[in-house]
Amino acid sequence: MTRTRKPGISRRTTLALMGGGVASLAAPWVASAQAKTIKIGMPTILSGRVAQLGTSSRNGVMIEVEKVNASGGLAGRQIEMVIRDSKGQPQEAARVARELVNTDGCELLIDAEASSGAFAVHEVARDLGVFCIHTNSETSSLTADPKQHIPNAFRTARQGVHDSIAGGNYAAAIAKAKGLKKWATCGPDYAYGRDTTGEYTTYLKRFAPDVEIISESWPKLFQPDYTEVVTKILQAKPQALYTCLWGGDLTSYIDQANIYALFSQMEVFAVNMADYTALTVVKNLPKGIHSGNRYIKTYPGTPENAAWGDAYKAKYGEYPTNWSWENATAIMLMAEAARKANSADGKKLAEAMKGLKIKSPFGADGTVTMRAEDNTLVGYAIGWGTTIPQEPYVPDVKPGDWKMIFELEAEWKKSKGFT
Amino acid sequence: MDLDALTGCLTTSACLVTQTTSGLIIGMLLFLVAVGLTLIFGVLKVVNFSHGAFYMFGAYFAMTTYQLSGSFALAMLAGAVGTAIIGLIFERGFMSRVYGRDVLMQLLVCYAFVLIFDDVVRMVWGPEFKSMGMPSAFQVMPLFIAGGVVPPYYLLLIGVALVAALVLGLGLARTRIGKVIRAAAHNPGMVSALGINTGLIYGGVFALGGGLAGLAGALAAPVRSLTPGMGFSVLIESFIVTVIGGMGSILGALVGALLIGLIRSFGSLGFPLFTEGLMYLFMVIVLVSRPSGLFGKEVA
Repeated sequence: MTRTRKPGISRRTTLALMGGGVASLAAPWVASAQAKTIKIGMPTILSGRVAQLGTSSRNGVMIEVEKVNASGGLAGRQIEMVIRDSKGQPQEAARVARELVNTDGCELLIDAEASSGAFAVHEVARDLGVFCIHTNSETSSLTADPKQHIPNAFRTARQGVHDSIAGGNYAAAIAKAKGLKKWATCGPDYAYGRDTTGEYTTYLKRFAPDVEIISESWPKLFQPDYTEVVTKILQAKPQALYTCLWGGDLTSYIDQANIYALFSQMEVFAVNMADYTALTVVKNLPKGIHSGNRYIKTYPGTPENAAWGDAYKAKYGEYPTNWSWENATAIMLMAEAARKANSADGKKLAEAMKGLKIKSPFGADGTVTMRAEDNTLVGYAIGWGTTIPQEPYVPDVKPGDWKMIFELEAEWKKSKGFT
Repeated sequence: MDLDALTGCLTTSACLVTQTTSGLIIGMLLFLVAVGLTLIFGVLKVVNFSHGAFYMFGAYFAMTTYQLSGSFALAMLAGAVGTAIIGLIFERGFMSRVYGRDVLMQLLVCYAFVLIFDDVVRMVWGPEFKSMGMPSAFQVMPLFIAGGVVPPYYLLLIGVALVAALVLGLGLARTRIGKVIRAAAHNPGMVSALGINTGLIYGGVFALGGGLAGLAGALAAPVRSLTPGMGFSVLIESFIVTVIGGMGSILGALVGALLIGLIRSFGSLGFPLFTEGLMYLFMVIVLVSRPSGLFGKEVA
């Protein structure tokens, strides 16, 4: 075959480039015509193994954005979401975040990244001074560490240390009642798994001092087969097992442990079990697994929460995830802050956000608060219960005690040198 | 390191039985994937980097068939046969065009299909993880053999894999088709000069290799979660198996896979923080002492 076209830029490409140039020159005119809309940029994970994090975060945001827009928008400005895939890579998350602000003209950011990406986006927010809400990162230090603190960044996600205190306290009560002294742990071998397991066992031992950890397993993240981990735990013959495996890893672990009848030989505490992503996928969910609430529409057992869960399901064909409520909360708080400040300006929003308390379907007492001292969400529903294999999956959730959480969290911060 | 746990286990029958069966099931599933890889390499002289995708297809086909029909046997069949058909189309349509070409070219074609197959699965079945669920016939209490725990489903799994290994081994050694395949591997030019359609043989071997990986995926579906990209980690371990056993050797794949399985199950007791490393360490030792693998032919 002979080449008829010379290498380099062809006439057609040149024309296309020129056309593009004209269009981008014309863009400011288009933008000024729509100056009433406010763009919110949202980097998140929309591809790869945890794409569900991004899709359910997006759904959680959109269901609330539609409500805000229908009732007049953010201080009179219609919200336009610009949602981009970071593929779960921190450097990509940072790049996307920067581009959303500098090129796409987003005035506010919702950072729906997992912890790894959240710290990268946080640095962008620090650099650009743009208003930013972290919605999915549960790593405590993101807001607890004063070195990380910036006045324009907030978090509407759960926080690891809150879950560990509530979970440790719940487990200790059962350990004492049933005489569970020998414990095994099994967590995925990366920062989240190690930290969460460590914090949890710290508080478990604090509340039940005679608990002893006799076996630890650290399978790889996304490991396909857990048989050797399952049999190792069976050999150790613990009375109870704690695991912070999540998602597909947790469901395959349950399937594989099930056929060894592991669940009839010990009490199992799986902090990430009570999330619809896992509950609806496991076909033979064992009865009686202890789990923290991630998102279930029956806890808090209020009509508001049930209605929210049902509306979400009606719209998207599946139940909300933990990420859905965390992202929805970001929009709810922004809407209230904009009302209070009567502005959608990032600086004014940030001022109005501090200490803001709003009514929320996800609040332990019907409200959640953006705590002023460290810009993180408190008062959200937190509790533990046991599973049954069909809806409502966790029929009876024992609420965590926020008063105790605050006390121990303050102590924990002191021990880390954060206060 | 926890050598006490390891020696303690080796001296009690209960632990020995449990850990050995756990090693066997990991090994047997690995064998089914690795044997296809090694077979395809032995005959076609290409390294099929997209082999993990066949394992993934097998699992998804089995899950869907099981959901539609409720029959476990049919699900296994669908996993194997459906994947074999994809293997045949893939070989005839694409791989056959890059035989004898630069290995980089073959690798690029395979890698492209890894991405394409993953996205096909994402489009058809969705990006979130799925679970097939254990058929009710196997939702029974595990057996207790000499104090060790053995789930009945894993006995079936080991049995099916063993039968596949036997049929494959005997078929290649004793039947006419087996002879033709071995001849084609040795001297394809001569075989085609004798009037045998080598294209058909190549397609058939690829389909067989793919079908075995599909069967492994189908057998794993009730106990592993299904996600796009699930074939990747299995593929890496299969490569370790073929490197240890020797590229192109079926016996090598069997021995290599069982060794890896046992290293994992006993290694997790004795070296809980170094189980993965143990596998690679073993591979390094084999590579240094026998560069062509335990059962591989010496490179002339």
